[in-house]
Amino acid sequence: MSYRFTLQGAGLEARPSGALWWPEAGLLVVSDLHFGKSERLARRGGTLLPPYETRETLGRLDADLEATGASHVICLGDSFDDLAAESALDEADRLWLIRLMAGRAWTWVEGNHDPGPLSLAGSHRAEVVAPPLVFRHICSGALGEVSGHYHPKARLPGRSAPCFLIDGERVILPAYGTYTGGLWCDAPALTALMRPDALAVLTGPRCLVRPMRA
Amino acid sequence: MNDLPQALTDWFRLQGWALHPHQQAMLARAGEASTLLIAPTGGGKTLAGFLPTLAELGEAPRPGLHTLYISPLKALTADIRRNLRRPLEGAGLAIRVEDRTGDTGYTQRRRQRADPPHILLTTPESLALLLTYEDAPRMFGGLQRVIVDEIHALAESKRGDQLMLQLARLQAMNPGLRRVGLSATVEDPPALAAFLGEGTAILTADPGPEPDIAMLETEAPPPWAGGGGRYAIPAILEEVRRHRITLIFHNTRAQAEIFFHHLWLANEDGLPIGIHHGSLSREQREKVETAMAEGRLKAVVCTGSLDLGIDWGDVDLVIQVGAPKNVKRLVQRIGRANHRYNAPSKALLVPANRMEVVECKAALDAVRARDLDGEPRGPGPRDVLCQHILATACAGGFDADALYAEVVSAGPYRGLGRADFDACLDFVATGGYALRAYDRWQRLMLRGGLWTLRDPRAAAVIRQNLGTIIDIETVKVALKGRGPVLGEVEEDFAATLTPGDSFLIGGEVVRFQGLREMTVEVSRDPGRPPKVAVFNGTKFSTSTQLSDRILRMFHGAWDLPHHTADWLRHQREVSRLPEPGRLLLESFPHDGREHLCVYGFAGRNAQQTLGLLLTKEMEEAGLAPLGFVATDYATLIWGLEPVHALVLDRDRLRAGLETWLAGNAVMKRTFRNVAIVSGLIERSHQGRRKSGRQATFSTDILYDTLRRHDPGHLLLQITREEALRGLVDFGRIEALLDRVGDRIDLVRLTHVTPLAAPLMLEPGRIPIHGQGRERLAEDAATAMLRAAGLR
Repeated sequence: MSYRFTLQGAGLEARPSGALWWPEAGLLVVSDLHFGKSERLARRGGTLLPPYETRETLGRLDADLEATGASHVICLGDSFDDLAAESALDEADRLWLIRLMAGRAWTWVEGNHDPGPLSLAGSHRAEVVAPPLVFRHICSGALGEVSGHYHPKARLPGRSAPCFLIDGERVILPAYGTYTGGLWCDAPALTALMRPDALAVLTGPRCLVRPMRA
Repeated sequence: MNDLPQALTDWFRLQGWALHPHQQAMLARAGEASTLLIAPTGGGKTLAGFLPTLAELGEAPRPGLHTLYISPLKALTADIRRNLRRPLEGAGLAIRVEDRTGDTGYTQRRRQRADPPHILLTTPESLALLLTYEDAPRMFGGLQRVIVDEIHALAESKRGDQLMLQLARLQAMNPGLRRVGLSATVEDPPALAAFLGEGTAILTADPGPEPDIAMLETEAPPPWAGGGGRYAIPAILEEVRRHRITLIFHNTRAQAEIFFHHLWLANEDGLPIGIHHGSLSREQREKVETAMAEGRLKAVVCTGSLDLGIDWGDVDLVIQVGAPKNVKRLVQRIGRANHRYNAPSKALLVPANRMEVVECKAALDAVRARDLDGEPRGPGPRDVLCQHILATACAGGFDADALYAEVVSAGPYRGLGRADFDACLDFVATGGYALRAYDRWQRLMLRGGLWTLRDPRAAAVIRQNLGTIIDIETVKVALKGRGPVLGEVEEDFAATLTPGDSFLIGGEVVRFQGLREMTVEVSRDPGRPPKVAVFNGTKFSTSTQLSDRILRMFHGAWDLPHHTADWLRHQREVSRLPEPGRLLLESFPHDGREHLCVYGFAGRNAQQTLGLLLTKEMEEAGLAPLGFVATDYATLIWGLEPVHALVLDRDRLRAGLETWLAGNAVMKRTFRNVAIVSGLIERSHQGRRKSGRQATFSTDILYDTLRRHDPGHLLLQITREEALRGLVDFGRIEALLDRVGDRIDLVRLTHVTPLAAPLMLEPGRIPIHGQGRERLAEDAATAMLRAAGLR
């Protein structure tokens, strides 16, 4: 079950998967996919995590596209864990991603992990302006801004999960990637960005809403 | 070789000391490859272990490491160092003794590697670290003897498996290395001897006088159900008054806290009494230890944190509150009183309820019969082997055949097949995934016939992650406004708190204010009853041996207090008493619900698993179960329909288990431990967690991902094995099925029975519906929104 809200006049839907859906624009937004994270950790001589997170993330994205029928997709930065991860993408996963992109407007917004141009199709932007909203990777404080980057997460009794942070002026998206840590939503770095009445919307089997500060 | 230096013999004589027979015997057997010494607490068994070393080093020892002493506790190594120094300095021997633990400073640690002492006292974790350095062969090249103290305690966990792998390593460096294991409480000496090494000889010392143990007599009879032993507080205070120092043991930290709270309320004379358990801050624990050593305390309420280790003061009475669950641990605790050879230890048992009266009686009988218990060790766990392989690679590479030969020379891994070893090696080297994704980035590479780290810089991180002890993720509890730290609670527990909840810590009632940067902020809230009391509970299951004794006792001559004997007599009149070779089920209506009580006597974990499996079957049979509760003895299930017949089919139970297990939280918790020990993920270090950004994401995600994409993966196999042995305890359900066969007696009754009645009052009732957690979270979210005025 999604959580519906309005941001600067735009009717939006926070989906339980962690994607943001703007029905009026036919636009689906996902942030911080971090494709290739396990590969990057392995390359750096770290641990060898189960190398299945990219297909796991693609599976959820596929389901979201199926459910919404989105005609435009924005990946809001840090889509790949780094540039090398992009070239190391498994062939099956690459084909799956290309199939998802087919027939849709697809925009890769720059992130701090993948700032350069990408070899994949789609348009590449530093930000996307679509009044009344603006989409960029890191929150700048502008009105109607949709951003990612911080991987916010929140707790409720019996559950802790990535979450959306929502107030009347902006939205910060949870990380959509499977292997992503997070920052608790009451961390000063986040409370400084959001209004006192901000909500945390937890992802999971269904969206659960709590105040961001508790 | 077997003669002590003359100066030491003289010094002993001066002190009026004479060697005990088992100490003489250890000297005589100094040349044997491996010896297990079983001697009572206070019998000088540690000195017995060191005597051959002192004889060999003599008055003018050659430089170099001669003996390695390993203990499960850091505190013990420091204590042993002090104890050894006295005779060495007294006799003027030039033998260098040093300890090395996680607390040892950097400079000393460096120096010890370059110029090791004659005797090094350490822990399995510090030894593991030493063995990862390339200079290990030089440091350990001349090693003659290894002494493993409290070996039974190490053998109970993965620390013991790891240690035995390390000893195999040391043995490969020094084929003539001799081993000694020391223990006071061993239930199966041949098994422990085989654990230490093939051909280990067993030396048993005179066990000393019978302990003076009894059940505490109280005016008020124990209650029907519940734990904690509050009813006995007046009698316990009386005993504290009559003794010098009393240790009051509890089975869980939560119970210790609650008891301590009520003890204070009743402590009208203001007797100095402290509390000691693993959730308290280190400073607080040290304060209590010092006060005890200085004789400023009359009693300490404690948990397993004082089971082992050094003598703090002159303890002359041990009180065990609640059923001991396990005879071996009880004996260990009794041994804490009176650490003098040939003086009986004094202990009192305080059953917390009527059923525990029976269990305490059974435990007393077992202690007197010197019939110790313990689960047999399974084969050496493979996650520990994975870590060992990785650590061995850090030390400069290994040949797979040679390492395999070394590993199977370690007691716990004697039966390990080559294919299993190779699977572990593959996991460490490549991740062992069906999708071979890491060919370029393998962790280990085969270079010139040796497996080495692909990236040698990884060694530092691997070293930081050594060890098999997994700390439960805890958060600090501190007074609001950067106040002092009171202790720690499990992160899971902290996550269930909502502002205003009050709970007990360090004997104080505190009120939860909020969670700020990984610290639970509280305010003092004296005078109010705590709302939440359960945290960090270690739930022990009653051992198989003790359960069997209880079952047998039901049918012997009852030597029980009248209140408990009357209770059992009444049960026998209205229904039956459980029997060793049969399974008793009672079915009866009560309070508008149908009930089924299964007296399996299989221990809490197995009874809980049985509850989950039976309710699942009942659900399918349309019997509409609503919930259940499990104790060490029985599972009580309630629902809408009466149960008239029940078949316990092993295959169906097993099939049900497979489905249920897969998505279960127990599996996820077990997986986390396996993932850390095997080196799949790094431990989360306190410093990194402080920043609030989680460096690692939840291992639940890894578990789910592996299960979906790589269900045959090694770590899932290990997880399953471990869960079945531990928290799920399916082994004891199978043992139960073996024991009872088809001898199942289902008795239909019109009322709740005397034996079932206490179960109605048991906490920890488990509701049967999948939506429970979700609804709980949703209700809490709504309440928070309302409280914040946001809705």
